[in-house]
Amino acid sequence: MQRIVKPKTQQGRRALEKKEPKIIENTKNTLFFKGGNTSNIVTQVLKEWHLLKKPYATMFSKKNTTRPFEDQSSVEFFTSKADSSLFMFGSHSKKRPNNIVIGRLFDGQVLDMVEFGVDKFISLHEIVGPKSATGIKPCLVFSGEFFEENDENKRIKNLLIDFFRGANAEKISLNGLEHVISVTAVSGQIYIRNYRVLKKKSGTRIPRVELEDMGPSLNLSIRRTRLASDDLFKRALKKAELAKAKKKKNISRDDLGNKLGRIHMSTQNFGKLQARKLKGLKRKPTKSADKDDLAENSSKKQKVDEEMSES
Amino acid sequence: MASKQTVVDSILTTSPSIPSTTVENAALIDIDEGLLMSSNVVHDLKEFRQNTETVLKRISRDATQVLFNSLWQLPVEQVEGNYLITLPEIKMWLPREKPVPKKKPLTKWQEYAKGKGILNKKKSRMVYDEASGEYKPRWGYKRANDDTKQWLIEVPANADPFEDQFAKRQTAKKERVAKNELHRLRNIARAQKVKVPGVGLTPTENPSKDHLSKALAVAHKSTASIGKFTEKLPKEKPSKFTGKKRKFEPSIGNLMKEKEKQLQMLEINAKKIPTIDVTKATNRALREEERSKTQERRPSKKTPKKLRGKKAALGGEKVRKGGGNKKTRGKRRL
Repeated sequence: MQRIVKPKTQQGRRALEKKEPKIIENTKNTLFFKGGNTSNIVTQVLKEWHLLKKPYATMFSKKNTTRPFEDQSSVEFFTSKADSSLFMFGSHSKKRPNNIVIGRLFDGQVLDMVEFGVDKFISLHEIVGPKSATGIKPCLVFSGEFFEENDENKRIKNLLIDFFRGANAEKISLNGLEHVISVTAVSGQIYIRNYRVLKKKSGTRIPRVELEDMGPSLNLSIRRTRLASDDLFKRALKKAELAKAKKKKNISRDDLGNKLGRIHMSTQNFGKLQARKLKGLKRKPTKSADKDDLAENSSKKQKVDEEMSES
Repeated sequence: MASKQTVVDSILTTSPSIPSTTVENAALIDIDEGLLMSSNVVHDLKEFRQNTETVLKRISRDATQVLFNSLWQLPVEQVEGNYLITLPEIKMWLPREKPVPKKKPLTKWQEYAKGKGILNKKKSRMVYDEASGEYKPRWGYKRANDDTKQWLIEVPANADPFEDQFAKRQTAKKERVAKNELHRLRNIARAQKVKVPGVGLTPTENPSKDHLSKALAVAHKSTASIGKFTEKLPKEKPSKFTGKKRKFEPSIGNLMKEKEKQLQMLEINAKKIPTIDVTKATNRALREEERSKTQERRPSKKTPKKLRGKKAALGGEKVRKGGGNKKTRGKRRL
């Protein structure tokens, strides 16, 4: 989209540039927001997933009387404000108790949306023990034939992967693999578990993996779905021709793997260098000009002396 | 040596105290290393119902172990004490967040410059400022040769001596800014293929006779009734800048005349010879000549000789990009 009103400041310009479509895309941000009524469980679910998805997440704490399945315009508006293309919406009503909607957007419009009922929830805080660091890219485990049964279920799996996968990183640290999100679907029920990885010695280079419950744990049942048409989904899958990445200037690495930066500085003026302040050396403001001249003369004389002695 | 090795092996295989990294049914577990994802299957539904948590943990553990086994096989590089692995490309197709960016449409000037072969010249940022004898930025705060900071302007010889030269400069600047903004908006409209009404007159440095008559035509029409009641001057000629109103022949009239007209039209169309725009053709010829000369002077840098051989060896086959192709789509799962 080409804007008609020009941004007035550099900061504004950069903020808009950040929102523009890119060839190599940024990590998808997630928006968490509530409906008009929420139960304790639903708010807790939103809060804890927000915690797990940080820093690629935004939480709206106020109530919003919207129903995503009836009118998507408010979802599109909120997500555009937070520049996020994934969302989790929580609400609670008599008809749909402990309701959670997980969805994603493409080009500012809702692509897929799935509604879940929370049947069972165990909080992060209820499970005692250390937690994995925040902002870590999780490993995903998707199990169960349910996800392969039909096209709709496949799409739900695709959506959940998109939602849980975290930052799109090219390189990762092996030490950083310490969080597993396990999603298992058996006969319509979806079991989501969060585990912390314990790497045990195995006698080889590869560690033996042991898992420890970390929370939150959720049992979900699927309610309503609204999935994009194949045509639109295909358009969203289109891959860009990769452009040449811009070379980063003045940053290099040496053989030891240290990062080196080159900075350009103007030559330092030693005459103005502030050394230790002493009262006795303080200049009087009126005669400062004369003294400067004197200092220059003396330095010149010294130089001449040195040259003389060398010759 | 050999005996030592066998002892170690036997310990590794037999003792249950050291856990191993091998997983049963590892072949059933799919992995997508780029996503750090693995997919397991649930074998025994009865057992799953009885103790869900333990089965869930076991399934996840096995899948994660298989994933780790393959991740640890990837080449490792060490950066600042961290062991980094480069993840392969994601197998799964995930939708984009925003559509692939389109190329920005050229502005009218850019299009013109392209046609003419005008290239951008890079100007240096710092310019010599004669007043202070220093190099200063060409533009912006503390710029060189700043004419807005002058406290005295010489009145030009042919100018009105009572004219405020400072105000004149300021209005000229404002007009330039407004003109630029207008052109920007027009370029946006052009890019979106929207028709915008004409804006009448834009300010110019040296107005011509044509400009004046155009201004008269605009002024004529600038009333609430679009110039219907504007009085004409005694010897005024009809303006050449106002559009002509279409006039139609009466639908019932002289049949002979109509026939004649139609025949004339047919004749013209049959005889039509493409006309040659002489100036356009000469310009093109000149440009072509210039281009060939420059190419003679130096071989193009885009395809060095070394590469040519390689390209020829590849057979110039077009590389297929993602999407579209049914064969590759089959390999990637949704």
